[in-house]
Amino acid sequence: MSALIEFQGFNKYFGDQQVLKGIDLSVQSGEVVVILGPSGCGKSTLLRCLNGLEVAHSGSLRFAGKELLDKATDWRQVRQDVGMVFQSYHLFPHMSVLDNILLGPLKVQKREPREARAQAEKLLERVGLSDKRDAYPRQLSGGQQQRIAIVRSLCMNPQVMLFDEVTAALDPEMVKEVLEVIQGLARDGMTLLIVTHEMAFARAVADRVVFMEAGRILEQNTPEAFFTNPQTARAQQFLEKFSFVSTLPKRTKELELL
Amino acid sequence: MASSGLELLWVSLPQLGKGAAQTLSISFLSIAFSTVGGVVYGVLRTLNSKALNLVLRIYLELFRAIPVLVWLYLLFFGLPIFFGLSIPSFWCAVLVLSLWGASEVGEVVRGALHSLPRGQREAGLSIGLSDPQLYGYVLLPQALKRMTPPTINVYTRIIKTSSLAVLIGVVDVIKVGQQIIERTYESVLIYGALFLFFFFICYPLSAASKVLERRWAQA
Repeated sequence: MSALIEFQGFNKYFGDQQVLKGIDLSVQSGEVVVILGPSGCGKSTLLRCLNGLEVAHSGSLRFAGKELLDKATDWRQVRQDVGMVFQSYHLFPHMSVLDNILLGPLKVQKREPREARAQAEKLLERVGLSDKRDAYPRQLSGGQQQRIAIVRSLCMNPQVMLFDEVTAALDPEMVKEVLEVIQGLARDGMTLLIVTHEMAFARAVADRVVFMEAGRILEQNTPEAFFTNPQTARAQQFLEKFSFVSTLPKRTKELELL
Repeated sequence: MASSGLELLWVSLPQLGKGAAQTLSISFLSIAFSTVGGVVYGVLRTLNSKALNLVLRIYLELFRAIPVLVWLYLLFFGLPIFFGLSIPSFWCAVLVLSLWGASEVGEVVRGALHSLPRGQREAGLSIGLSDPQLYGYVLLPQALKRMTPPTINVYTRIIKTSSLAVLIGVVDVIKVGQQIIERTYESVLIYGALFLFFFFICYPLSAASKVLERRWAQA
């Protein structure tokens, strides 16, 4: 079985600085891959290379059998097959929810309006926001906006969805509603590449965890193996930082007596 | 005196009207061309092409640094001498005001596009929009709100600056006014009328920009 996405010896530079170093990563169709790592390790850049928001420099990146580093790559075509959801939603503020969702299907894919609208309505219902179809983004909470942004990508019928820290800008109580939507997609067998700092979510949703640092992939494993028994010292350190809060020593009673 | 003044205005009206028509035609043609040219300039400046940016910067700086009057003389008197090419004074004025106006409107458009969050462009690209679609559906409609008040300000400057066309022989409303003054010495009356003319052309524009600004602030 050939992979849907395959990075091989993939390199990317910002000026003189190399931000992705010899990345080898393959993702099968239907697989859910969560990418973890400290800030600035290149995990977001990796996602952005997949839909051409960043230009890659050398190595190979194949998507659905096509080499994306070819000069002749039709990025508009690739982007219809690769959905992307951002940390700050980036809904179009001057359009209603429905117009946001239908812009791509109608103008890019030139689909039949009634059919596209029916799909949009169905997706809105799925994320529990049918009643917001005529609202404007500013009238919605962050969690609602992010769910609309997910629907906007889904309505293009992509082969893979990329999630770039999509809950990082949300209030804690809104994180859940967004994660539930992503979990639903995973259950349906959608191919997902997820960058996140929600460790519990990563553990629950991932088929495979990829740990990156300083532009390299240090470790790839099943979530159980990665979280219970990380192979590299750097991954151990990283996970310890996330459990730091729960293992903080409690305040002692003596202080209160003083 | 008062009645003879009004009488003078009344009999001069056809003549003043002809001048006003010249002023208004030059102004509105220049405004139309400035707007189209300015949007093209603004969009091209945000495409991040180095060669294109250099050319457009040179164009901008030439119109910033050299007074409109000098451009009028250069094109009206210079072109026939150096290239044997002569343009009627009316169209020479429209050409210069349009080029100058487009550089001014263009900088406004560029600034407005530039001030949009970068994520808007990325979100648009991510759903597969082409560059014309990205600008047409996503970026320019959002920039419109930010650029309208300063653009209307440029429009009023174009209308006022059109009076320089007198100096290359266009008989606009000011020239007509001067002719009447030479004949009758009624300078206060005629300049007062010119004042009102420009005021009632430019003020509604500013007022409209305020109304739009307020309406968009609510929306």
